[in-house]
Amino acid sequence: MSLTDNIEADGFDLKALLDPEAAGEVIRVMQICNACRYCEGFCAVFPAMTRRRQFDEGDVGYLANLCHNCGACYHACQYAPPHEFGVNVPQALAAARNDSYSAYAWPAPLAGLFRCNGLFVTLGVSAGLAITVGLMLAMIAPQLFWGIHLGEGAFYRIMPHTMMAAVPLAISTFVVVSFIMGWRRYWRHTGAKWGGFPDLVDAVKASATLRHLGGDTSSGILSGPGCPTGDDGSSNARRIYHQLTMYGFLLCFAATSVGTIYHYGFGREAPYGYFELPVVLGTVGGIILCIGTAGLFVEKRRLHPAVRHDEGLGMDYAFIVSLFFVSFTGLLLLAVRETSFMGVTLAIHLGVVYGFFLILPFSKFVHGLYRFAALIASAGEARRS
Amino acid sequence: MPNEITKPIVEKSWDIIVIGGGNAGVCAAITAAERGCSVLVIDSAPRDMRGGNTRHTRNLRAMHDEPTDVLTDRYSFEEYWEDLMRVTKGVTNEHLAEVTLRGSQELTHWLGARGVRFQSALSGTLNLSHTNAFFLGGGRAMLNALCRHAESIGITFIYDAEVTNIELENGFCEAIDVEWQGQSLHLNCKQLITAAGGFEADLDWLAEGWGDAAKNFLVRGTPYNKGKVLRVLLDRGAQMVGALDQCHAVAIDARAPKYDGGIASRIDAVPFAVVLNKNAERFYDEGEDFWPKRYAIWGRLVAGQPDQIAYAIIDSDGVKRFMPSVFTAITDNSIEGLTSQLGLDPKAAKKTVDSFNAACPDGPIDQMVLDGRATNGLNARKNQLVSANQ
Repeated sequence: MSLTDNIEADGFDLKALLDPEAAGEVIRVMQICNACRYCEGFCAVFPAMTRRRQFDEGDVGYLANLCHNCGACYHACQYAPPHEFGVNVPQALAAARNDSYSAYAWPAPLAGLFRCNGLFVTLGVSAGLAITVGLMLAMIAPQLFWGIHLGEGAFYRIMPHTMMAAVPLAISTFVVVSFIMGWRRYWRHTGAKWGGFPDLVDAVKASATLRHLGGDTSSGILSGPGCPTGDDGSSNARRIYHQLTMYGFLLCFAATSVGTIYHYGFGREAPYGYFELPVVLGTVGGIILCIGTAGLFVEKRRLHPAVRHDEGLGMDYAFIVSLFFVSFTGLLLLAVRETSFMGVTLAIHLGVVYGFFLILPFSKFVHGLYRFAALIASAGEARRS
Repeated sequence: MPNEITKPIVEKSWDIIVIGGGNAGVCAAITAAERGCSVLVIDSAPRDMRGGNTRHTRNLRAMHDEPTDVLTDRYSFEEYWEDLMRVTKGVTNEHLAEVTLRGSQELTHWLGARGVRFQSALSGTLNLSHTNAFFLGGGRAMLNALCRHAESIGITFIYDAEVTNIELENGFCEAIDVEWQGQSLHLNCKQLITAAGGFEADLDWLAEGWGDAAKNFLVRGTPYNKGKVLRVLLDRGAQMVGALDQCHAVAIDARAPKYDGGIASRIDAVPFAVVLNKNAERFYDEGEDFWPKRYAIWGRLVAGQPDQIAYAIIDSDGVKRFMPSVFTAITDNSIEGLTSQLGLDPKAAKKTVDSFNAACPDGPIDQMVLDGRATNGLNARKNQLVSANQ
């Protein structure tokens, strides 16, 4: 059975994936915006809007995932409340976007679980896994668990490498399949078209610089006005913290990859020295990931109430908090790895990491997936028009 | 008695009071404050609706001899001057015009230095990038930036405040009376700048120039321009210029709000439409010239029709040729069906449209050129863009 067959077997209706109220509000607002167009320089949403005369549900999914919720268009809007048109683009798109995450999620039944209670579920899963891993290890061999292990292969005296690697392998297989299914749903729902390599390059550039979260599409990461904090100020803090988070995550991912190559390619087992590549990548990545996620947490709270989508906040916080703990426990492990706390710290770190990856397809992580897909589509549209 | 909020405003003797918190008022306030004056700006709108019609603006026209970061090519003094003379038909104060045009070279730089951002020179829906610089996010974004700068250099703003009296002594203003925070306040100043807009939101006043037709007008600008400060000044002997029925009158959607509909309520369909009045008759050449040069005559034209209403009938080919509208078009498969939905006489409408179509030449149309294509033998002849698909 191919993946496409699976989608059909899923039986989802491409025309009615989103909450009709959320999608309807986006369509109402876009029809007003499309007759105004003053905001066309802010981000990719408005140029994409002007390429359409009418909006269907697929367009809603597309535009919602192009929006970064910076709020610039709200504070610039001549039709924002108390005007009787009551236009609030970031709020309308946030509601639809939040809804789209569960609409595109695969397998669908699990999506509902995370829609309502993201924070609780994320932390619950991570904590549960950490305790399970810890208990298992402690019970199997308590003297090893609380012992001090030094030198190559130290970690694997507590937990065999095959086991430590088999769990994430199983999880990542699930995650990758889930991502592919979600991506395909998104792609078909929005009617996106693959325009070729240049679109991909443009999407990578837009992601690398977070071009559309500066309040000015043509500005650099530090020269843009940033996200408004109201009609009386703006700040680039969110853009900076987001990039610290993203690059921190990528560095940690690189650290793991390099470690894997060391292990299988050169037969060298962890832990590695403090100045070896996997540890340097992981340490630098972990530190900026901690700073980035902590900063994003604060910035989320500081979002202007008019543009903040409160229902989606649980999911946002869950992702930020669990990502913080992934990096924080990793750094902690580095600090205590030559003491008798290595076992318990390792168990917690692995539990948090496993939990984080297991719920990846149902967490805020997917915003990157659909945003990236939307950026590819938007680059293609812009090039063809 | 002044309370905690009003006391600091009342007790101060302001160097300058500016009435009106729109672009003109705020820029005047900033200029004064940068020269060391203490400045108070008074706006009659609440904060969310501040700045008069600046909220609805989008761009400015600036002369420049070389391409800039926000303007392409060049827009010379001579070209600007010719444009101004053409649209005003030469009825222009030439000295004031020259000062303004030359001064406009500094505009984008002056505003940019005070936090206003412009779109990069590439876009612009009407292809005006060599003449007009577009505010990033439009007029409200510009106003937010200017107010932010103004507050940062110590200018005080009060909103929701109405000026009721201006005290003049030998032609100089020494104080004004203001209703604010439920109190009547007497504010002292050394100089007064009024930049409080026109009276277009006062339909009774408009009726003095337009007659009863004014009652049916929709005012697409701010509802706060009621001309109250103008009235005070006129009562104090200020001299009036212009005429009561002169205004920027454009065709807007009849379903738009009574006030404040702004740019999104405009009708762009006219050159692609057959425009009928209430009696299902055509009354003007819809395709006289390129739309950007012509759209501003249609408010006045519709105002001259019975009940100040008209109907733009568009065929299926025309629909995709203009900017989409906020309000969904009323559609039907036949002229009779459509016009009865609109409350017009279907037979008369059918006759008008049929005779229009019969006078249309065959062949494709090109909206980017004045092609000389025209209807033949009609009372209101239509040039260009005629199409016979209906």
